[in-house]
Amino acid sequence: MADSVRKILFSPVVDNNPIILQVLGICSALAVTTQLSTAITMSIALTLVVACSSSVISLIRHHIPANIRIIVQMTVIASMVIVVDQFLRAFAYEISKELSVFVGLIITNCIVMGRAEAFAMKNPPWPSFLDGLGNGLGFSAILLTVGTIRELFGSGTLLGYTVLPLARDGGWYVPNGLLLLPPSAFFLIGLIIWAVRSWKKAQVEQAEYRIKEMRQPAETV
Amino acid sequence: MDTLVNLFITAVFVENLALSFFLGMCTFLAISKKIETALGLGIAVVVVQTLTVPINNLIYRYLLRDGALDWAGLSSVDLSFLGFVSYIGVIAAMVQILEMFLDRFVPALYNALGIFLPLITVNCAILGGTLFMVERDYTFAESVTYGLGSGFGWALAITAMAGVREKLKYSDVPDGLQGLGITFISAGLMALGFMAFSGIRL
Repeated sequence: MADSVRKILFSPVVDNNPIILQVLGICSALAVTTQLSTAITMSIALTLVVACSSSVISLIRHHIPANIRIIVQMTVIASMVIVVDQFLRAFAYEISKELSVFVGLIITNCIVMGRAEAFAMKNPPWPSFLDGLGNGLGFSAILLTVGTIRELFGSGTLLGYTVLPLARDGGWYVPNGLLLLPPSAFFLIGLIIWAVRSWKKAQVEQAEYRIKEMRQPAETV
Repeated sequence: MDTLVNLFITAVFVENLALSFFLGMCTFLAISKKIETALGLGIAVVVVQTLTVPINNLIYRYLLRDGALDWAGLSSVDLSFLGFVSYIGVIAAMVQILEMFLDRFVPALYNALGIFLPLITVNCAILGGTLFMVERDYTFAESVTYGLGSGFGWALAITAMAGVREKLKYSDVPDGLQGLGITFISAGLMALGFMAFSGIRL
């Protein structure tokens, strides 16, 4: 039992990561990572929503008619997101303003839908909860990595505290403005994918076309 | 009229949903291997976006907003917390209706777009467009323009991406970057290109 718990919980973190292998939930991963604090909030919110919605959907899985299951799942997920959104507005208004529409977009975050459809519809509540939690953690791992890199090298701070003193304020670090712009998130995730796939060779995709080796022309004597 | 034209251009280029807000990325990366399919999905997004943003605008203005139920004599009711459920419900319903309508009256188009329509319900670009409309408090005319513009911008981005990827598959990419990795990098380069538009002031 303990083994399977660990397997369900931790395999999505590296081996089967939702962002870099399943290509799910990228939208919010890129947009909220300019600062570490928003990335952390987003990770917690998403992990909670995935874990809760997976267990609820798994509880009612025998009562959902197959042809309207998408709408039922959507309603469950949307209700969870409303709870999270109202909670953030009440207790963390500033962060909720910065996240703007992206809290609402957790509804259409493919991780939530994907896990509900692929795992929670077929498994009992407890494993579904763990699976949701694990995928939430896998998502958070990427989000926090990207968030740390972007905030540290883009503005020299972490969670708002100065780590690398900026040249502008008499320090030595000249910030890389590119990291605060949207395209840098694409590059960072691309590089993370490269790093993970060089480590776990099994994840490498096969190329559709291979370029033929160039043959050296025979030397004329 | 001028403001509407401005809004359209801004929605297509400067605030492109796919490349500067990263909305609809999952489908953007998954369905951009061939130009024809990308174009089909793009058109479907334009249609659904142009329909759902104005409809959600009406729902927001006349049912959900603080004091919106004034016409029913319930001026102190604020239903805005029901927003997410209503918007996603409208989107799912619109997609379903559109699918049945096309199946019945325009079978040719249904055959071309049919497989993409269910995907659109979970496309963040559609819900994102609605949420931006609510956040920026657009009027009805503005919401029609914004819906059309943002959908068009998304379609443009995915078609361009598909064009790049069709050429890209003949190139010699390092093993670890093969497939998804290089797609991210090229999407990043496209986003950099689109950033050039952000200097435009109309």
